Amino acid sequence: MIEKREITLTINGRSHGVRIDPRRTLVDAIRDDCGQTGTHIGCEHGVCGACTVLVDGEPVRSCLMFAVQADGRQIRTVEGLANGAELHPLQQAFIENHGLQCGFCTPGFLMLATGVLEREPDISDEDLIDVLSSNLCRCTGYENIVKAVRAAAAKMSAGR
Amino acid sequence: MKPAPFQYHAPTTIDEAVRTLAAVAGEDGRVLAGGQSLVPIMAFRLARPGHLVDINGVAALRRLAVDGDRLSIGACVRHAAFHKPVVDGPLGRLLATVVRHIAHYPIRTRGTFCGSIAHADPASEWCVVAAALDADMIARRAGGTRTIPAQDFFRGIMTTALDEDEILVEVRLPILPADTRFGFYEFNRRAGDFALAMALVTYRVEDGMISAARVAVGGVESQPRRIAQAEQVLAGRPPDRAAFEAAAAAVAAAVDPLDDATTSASYRRDLAQTVTRRALEQAAA
Repeated sequence: MIEKREITLTINGRSHGVRIDPRRTLVDAIRDDCGQTGTHIGCEHGVCGACTVLVDGEPVRSCLMFAVQADGRQIRTVEGLANGAELHPLQQAFIENHGLQCGFCTPGFLMLATGVLEREPDISDEDLIDVLSSNLCRCTGYENIVKAVRAAAAKMSAGR
Repeated sequence: MKPAPFQYHAPTTIDEAVRTLAAVAGEDGRVLAGGQSLVPIMAFRLARPGHLVDINGVAALRRLAVDGDRLSIGACVRHAAFHKPVVDGPLGRLLATVVRHIAHYPIRTRGTFCGSIAHADPASEWCVVAAALDADMIARRAGGTRTIPAQDFFRGIMTTALDEDEILVEVRLPILPADTRFGFYEFNRRAGDFALAMALVTYRVEDGMISAARVAVGGVESQPRRIAQAEQVLAGRPPDRAAFEAAAAAVAAAVDPLDDATTSASYRRDLAQTVTRRALEQAAA
């Protein structure tokens, strides 16, 4: 018999006490145990990047981490980006630059880009394309995602 | 799919980790480090370990430091640690070049150097580095520690000299002489995908002639290795096109390539030749 674990997941600053199996992935715990369904599950084996969240500021695939491993860590998801009714510059830029169509991959792209721009606000075009190649999008052809992240980066550094 | 159930252990010291692993090794106990290879395999149910010994809480395994003429890389050092050179000179630049070819950024923030070595995927970039530079693998079990040279460590596809109760606690790479030149070239069908062939070469040039040549290929055979025939071809010759082509041809002749449904052995042999030549050219540039 596998014992369940009592852990605390801190998502966007709010603590969620949950009782889970060790095999529960972080993305399942975020969605099903904590009710934060903004993070999407795509491939469940680390290829598509739809489930990308920030753990202690670093973008990670939340399908490749067990929830027990995130006990006590700071998790950020797409729900934490907007400030009330005011969208995050990345969210606004995705709208303005047509960086999404169906929107399934968008939460993953937003968290990937957030993590990278916070760490490296002046990232080069070459490095940005390398980073954005991490996640899959079947609608946009990527050009508009790159454009959106570039636009947001410019806005964010102007606001610094 | 979801991974099958397992018992979870989270030791905080190396001693506790090896004791825990010894206790569960007989029930298919596995070490969990970055999890970027193990967890997908568990999701596919290709692996169903009864126990996972999560070493991420062992602070001593996060050590990344120069010890004399060696760079010591602890079991919990992540790929992303190498994005910027970790040591001055060619070794730091070499590692920073190679790391860009490992999967994608969010994988590199979790996956570990030693985990990649212990997993021993034929297409692992770090395994080629370990083979090319003759890394030492430090394996620890409850009864003691042993050092395994790279040439004895890799035993086949995802197969190593590690026993089931051993943890690869550290890998040591030699600090390269300041005048060492290096080149790395990888071919795959999509950026970040598994390599179909890759080559890592290092050499020095003394009085206009190549010396201390190392030529290693990965993704071609069941395990990465140095190709002695190619290194002999290079020794004492000027670093020019003729020497590089002869060395690349020697690699193609020496390898026994993998053969699978999408990539034939003869195609891999051709790729091995091409990636070797390009890596040598890159080193000369």
